[in-house]
Amino acid sequence: MKRPRIDLEAQHRLITRRAAILGGLQLAFVAGLGARMRYLQVDQADQFRMLAEENRINIRLIPPARGEVFDRNGTPLARNVPSYRIVVVREDAGDVADVVARLKTIVDLDEEQLERALSEVNRSAPFLPITLAQDVSWDDLSRVSVNAPALPGITPEVGLSRVYPLGSDFAHVLGYVGPVSDYDLEKLETPDQLLRIPRFQIGKVGVEAKSEDVLRGKAGAKRVEVNATGRVMRELDRRDGVAGADVQLTIDAQLQNYVQARLGEESASAIIMDCQNGDLLAIASAPSFDPNLFVRGISVADYSALTENKYRPLASKSVQGIYPPGSTFKMMTALAALEDGLITPEETVWCPGHLEVAGRRFHCWKRVGHGHMDLGQSLKQSCDVYYYDLAVKVGIEKISAMARRFGLGTRHDLPMSAIAEGLTPTKDWKYRVHGADWRVGDTVNASIGQGYMLASPLQLTVMAARLATGRSVTPRLIKSVDGIEEPDGAGEDMGIARRNLKKMQDAMYAVVNDRKGTAYSSRTIADDMRMAGKTGTSQVRNITAEERRAGVVRNEDLPWERRDHALFVNFAPFDNPKYAVAVVVEHGGGGSKAAAPIARDITLQALYGGEPPLEAYPTKDRDRIALQQEELRAVRPVADIGGNDQV
Amino acid sequence: MSYLEYTVKHVPTGPRKVLYLNWPLALLLAAVACIGFLMLYSVAGGTMDRWANRQMMIFSLGLVSMFVVAFVPIWFWRSVAGVAYIVSILLLLGVEFAGEVRKGAQRWIELGSFRLQPSELMKVTLIMALAAYYDWISPKKASRPLWVILPVIMILVPVYMVLRQPDLGTSILLLAVGGGLMFLAGVHWGYFTAVIASGTGLVLAVFQSRGTAWQLLQDYQYRRIDTFLDPSSDPLGAGYHITQSTIALGSGGWTGRGFMQGTQSRLNFLPEKQTDFIFTTLAEEFGFIGGVSLLLLYTLIILFCVTSAIANRDRFSSLLILGIALNFFLYFAVNMSMVMGLAPVVGVPLPLVSYGGSAMLVLMLAFGLVQSAHVHRPR
Repeated sequence: MKRPRIDLEAQHRLITRRAAILGGLQLAFVAGLGARMRYLQVDQADQFRMLAEENRINIRLIPPARGEVFDRNGTPLARNVPSYRIVVVREDAGDVADVVARLKTIVDLDEEQLERALSEVNRSAPFLPITLAQDVSWDDLSRVSVNAPALPGITPEVGLSRVYPLGSDFAHVLGYVGPVSDYDLEKLETPDQLLRIPRFQIGKVGVEAKSEDVLRGKAGAKRVEVNATGRVMRELDRRDGVAGADVQLTIDAQLQNYVQARLGEESASAIIMDCQNGDLLAIASAPSFDPNLFVRGISVADYSALTENKYRPLASKSVQGIYPPGSTFKMMTALAALEDGLITPEETVWCPGHLEVAGRRFHCWKRVGHGHMDLGQSLKQSCDVYYYDLAVKVGIEKISAMARRFGLGTRHDLPMSAIAEGLTPTKDWKYRVHGADWRVGDTVNASIGQGYMLASPLQLTVMAARLATGRSVTPRLIKSVDGIEEPDGAGEDMGIARRNLKKMQDAMYAVVNDRKGTAYSSRTIADDMRMAGKTGTSQVRNITAEERRAGVVRNEDLPWERRDHALFVNFAPFDNPKYAVAVVVEHGGGGSKAAAPIARDITLQALYGGEPPLEAYPTKDRDRIALQQEELRAVRPVADIGGNDQV
Repeated sequence: MSYLEYTVKHVPTGPRKVLYLNWPLALLLAAVACIGFLMLYSVAGGTMDRWANRQMMIFSLGLVSMFVVAFVPIWFWRSVAGVAYIVSILLLLGVEFAGEVRKGAQRWIELGSFRLQPSELMKVTLIMALAAYYDWISPKKASRPLWVILPVIMILVPVYMVLRQPDLGTSILLLAVGGGLMFLAGVHWGYFTAVIASGTGLVLAVFQSRGTAWQLLQDYQYRRIDTFLDPSSDPLGAGYHITQSTIALGSGGWTGRGFMQGTQSRLNFLPEKQTDFIFTTLAEEFGFIGGVSLLLLYTLIILFCVTSAIANRDRFSSLLILGIALNFFLYFAVNMSMVMGLAPVVGVPLPLVSYGGSAMLVLMLAFGLVQSAHVHRPR
């Protein structure tokens, strides 16, 4: 391809011209870039330098020390102890698996937690420390420190961890703390910034949860230099926060320990309350569990063992369990009738063993009947027919109203979780909930604390306290916060006629101390420590007509879930009431046999401020009681507070 | 003048070619690369291991490739231009089917331990192919419509394929380089004026129609254009990069905060600090003086290329050199404009400084072609 020379010259000139144009444009652009650079870096430098400062300095929150919890005598119930953990930082460790394998040769690691930690390591940012082992002993910690050069990315850390020294004794009262969950955050409208701190622990249930605001404290802050991903480069300065306030409970740890031990492995609950000022001295629910397990993150096996136990250890039965109160309710029916002037205590009712109401036959627990019954006798022997008769005369509205005055069907405000409201049924209520009219048979059932009537052990305790004092005593669990006493629950006079109240108290005294009383076998014989109480046995099933014909099956022959609940309420000493007690043994059979002995032991324990002398018990019981006392003395709460030597 | 008419006896042969290389250009390249190593060392927090070592390795490899390419006569490169272009197109097709998806875009092709980015290669082979094309046809034909359509197709095919990856930055660069080469080859002014005018018209129409009955795009598309053009309207999303990098730049001042003292980049506020946004670290640590020095080095590289091209009487050679220089210019111009908040963020690396093997290697190969053209120029 030969081209004329002239053509080539013209062509070259064209390229040169165009190259010059393009080059000129490029130079102009470069000049523009330079000008922009000058504008940003010289003209506006001060402003941008300030922005850069703000960018890298970040405010970090310092979690405050959580308030501690004590019993009424200053025994620590929830404490913070320094705990050592081993953490790993992925980006420093390099091959995490390799480093962990080496770590395992030095210290024992919990496999389950390790597995959880390792999967967390891979999910989170590479510079975040992930806990490999918690509550490491000092020995293990020093081994890790000594071997640090061989363990890149592994560091020992010290922090505060929550410990419940009395473990299972207070599991249901105190609850436990745990890391903030998304669910917790969702519930709050403006969550405290603290809650955003990874692994920050808040109360999950019980006092820990309900007194969270008091216990948590205020966050401190430190200014740190961070990078854009939030990694702390160094600390610049700090301002410490305010530690959470200490809380003192009205509970007596020693008594609580005894009550919990006395309930043993039964599915039962018991409450003892100072009936003069409402202080709760012990709130026990059995079986219990060790809350320390939850703080550290409970293992799947431990957790399913708790949830699959048919005795429901996780349930706080004393405040959230609701039961038909059974015969313990009879005082309410009687008082409703007395206060209304419908009966006098001396009027008698004939008990042939059953009563026909509206064409239906209602049976007394004693098939052959009690004969002529006045108020005192009916309560003492727990005759049902007497109350059937009252029920028809008084009607459900007045019975339920009286029950509510005594604290049933009301949610008592305690800092514990899931406090039950119970149920004192009314005609309206039945129509609203069941869409059916109230029938007189319902009243008959309710009069002896069956049917729709439901109450929690806490409510029964309050009822007993109000019966003992005639004042609207309200329960109190928090004695003081940060040393400042909370108002007590002594309450006002309820306006029940003295005469009527006295009649009830006398009848309850007879229940325990009269030879014919249902709780006679659970009496005390120390004269200034006499108890007044009432047994209750509440059915959890309906007894059909056929069953009744065939003879009612004995409780012991039934499967556990279908046996009757055993209940007992009492106050003591009779002359000068100091304590009110309620005991419920789920499916325990008769109240006199299963619940009353427990209530007596608890009451005496409280009255004597420790182990009661055997002289307080009837002579024939003393050998058995001596043995039992010896056994219970050895029972300590379950509290796995980790391998920490300092506790 | 075509290579067939060379007075070949004047062209250096054998090892003597070393003496005829464009040494100032090679030294400038090395100087810029050294600035790159320094910055990579700094952004890695004072360690060579993270990026700098590998970057040095790739640069050495690039340097060797440059010399190898430079020693091969330019007429050989001319004759393989077409083949190279077709191979690049095939590689782009390969990415479409076998590419690895990274950061939401499909750009890479795995070749043993080396990841190849065919769109990088495409820039150089497009320049080669266009230069060869305009060397082949008579200059008189260059402006005839029929002869304009062919290069336009040659440009638009790879542009479309890169756009599909999707890599807007590279496709704009391809379009600009291709258009620039056509302009250099002497295609009539009229075409460029027409294209620019109609393009501007279209853009105006799109914006004018907004909110009227004959609106050309959907509302959400307008909103995306808005954030693209003005990232500061979305400071934590699209605007985050720009805000942070202008802060870094601004905090540099006249002389900068000193080597390894830049808080913005050190503390990771800067995204892609080792690749697209590496200039911010330089500007923060060495200030206005540092930034302008780099800009000067880049300008010198362009200048040496342009003088070499003008002095070269071979049409293919001059077009090739000018095209590669233009490509190089577009790289740093777009990158710097982006970093300084003058252009939207489109993902174009700072040539020879940003961390990244593919771009660096291809760039060195391209400069190898420039050297080859320089060594084998007709005398």
